[in-house]
Amino acid sequence: MTIAVVDYGVGNLFSIYNALERIEARPELITEPEELTRFEGVVVPGVGSFGRCMRRLSRFEAALREALEGGTPILGICVGMQVLFERSEESPEEGLGWIDGEVVRLPDSVLVPQMGWNTLSIKREVEILDGISDDDFFYFVHSYHCVPRDGRVVAATTDYGLEMAAAMAVDNLFAVQFHPEKSGEKGLSILKNFGRLARC
Amino acid sequence: MLARRIIPCLDCDLAVPQGRVVKGIEFKQIRYAGVPWELATRYYEEGADEIVFLDITASSERRETMKNVIRATAKNVFVPLAVGGGIRAVEDVRAVFQAGADKVTVNTAALKRPDLISEIAEEYGSQACVVAIDAKRRDGPKEGWISVPTPEGESWFEASFYGGREFSGVDAIAWAMKAERLGAGEILLTSMDRDGTYDGFDIPLTDAVSRRVRIPVIASGGCGNPDHIFEVFSKTGASAALAASIFHYEEWGIDEVKRYLTERGITVRI
Repeated sequence: MTIAVVDYGVGNLFSIYNALERIEARPELITEPEELTRFEGVVVPGVGSFGRCMRRLSRFEAALREALEGGTPILGICVGMQVLFERSEESPEEGLGWIDGEVVRLPDSVLVPQMGWNTLSIKREVEILDGISDDDFFYFVHSYHCVPRDGRVVAATTDYGLEMAAAMAVDNLFAVQFHPEKSGEKGLSILKNFGRLARC
Repeated sequence: MLARRIIPCLDCDLAVPQGRVVKGIEFKQIRYAGVPWELATRYYEEGADEIVFLDITASSERRETMKNVIRATAKNVFVPLAVGGGIRAVEDVRAVFQAGADKVTVNTAALKRPDLISEIAEEYGSQACVVAIDAKRRDGPKEGWISVPTPEGESWFEASFYGGREFSGVDAIAWAMKAERLGAGEILLTSMDRDGTYDGFDIPLTDAVSRRVRIPVIASGGCGNPDHIFEVFSKTGASAALAASIFHYEEWGIDEVKRYLTERGITVRI
């Protein structure tokens, strides 16, 4: 199985690359949209601001859409999850809009960003969360959170000032607000689940 | 619920090929602890929430050695890796990130040129920029400095730089607040007076800083047993506790420390 990591010029992709190598997924960093067609799975990372990510990701939009419609499993991580939505309070740029809803700032009642390990509350059984329970911790770093219009897309939530989306699954589209590549063995389990989905 | 983090710190002497982990007492008297990537892997397996590497050498070859240390570690360790020592510019940050680090800690260079914090935050995000502050307790009060009540009387705190060899003339607490405004994602707050002593964290200092900033504070310096970590988590707003000696010399495993804290009602990742 080969997995593309979309390298669109934001942040640090070495951690996700190392983690995918560890689960024997044969990752490749992809800098050109036309290369996307030859992979069995696509990871969309993301750090920094929503607007900066969208400006740099926009040239991949058509190729990603094609992969999605062709049934290729896609995994968005952190801001890579947020860009799937229509818009964000953080930046004026439009998101990909694949999921109805928006991205809003964390509440004032908590330290922002949320930085550290938090648990999930699993809402429905999905393959991407196989082997994961409500007692497991995952590493989060974010200042904004996703609010889908249709709550049924949410696979798991986390509690930080309020209950918010932590993982989503819609057909072959998956997304997590936390960093599975930095979440120890349980994070690697999620990447393995994604790898398994990419092989089918 | 967000867990409090336990972070082992590996002070690295990079004058030998693979580097070696050492630990000083009050920033002096050095003792050997092991090979950096091997120790880091052991801590990861025991449940460390993050790993910090600090380069304490000043040799010219050290940059390549540090990259090798990070590369070897990042293949086996899947929690955040922070690297500090000798980070002076965004190019230094890029170099350690390309080896597999997730965060940098800046100290001396940021005190000398505070804009460095904004530059790192702009390029890699605030979460990637940890400002390390080595605070020295001074008996006071003193006009113009933030005064902190301690069991020994009013005190003020001066930030040190160059690995504790010189003093900056900067108020450590005010500096933490300024670092937050400039875009720091976390404060790594070390008590120079407690470092390596096993006497426990400096509670008044940690409390004073964590009350004044709205970013996570990592308490450091003085940890000698799990009760010290319990104390700093129950008496201050510290988000994480950093320790070196109690883990290096196998006095306590990270898993044992976490069980100890869980039994006493502190939320940690098990």
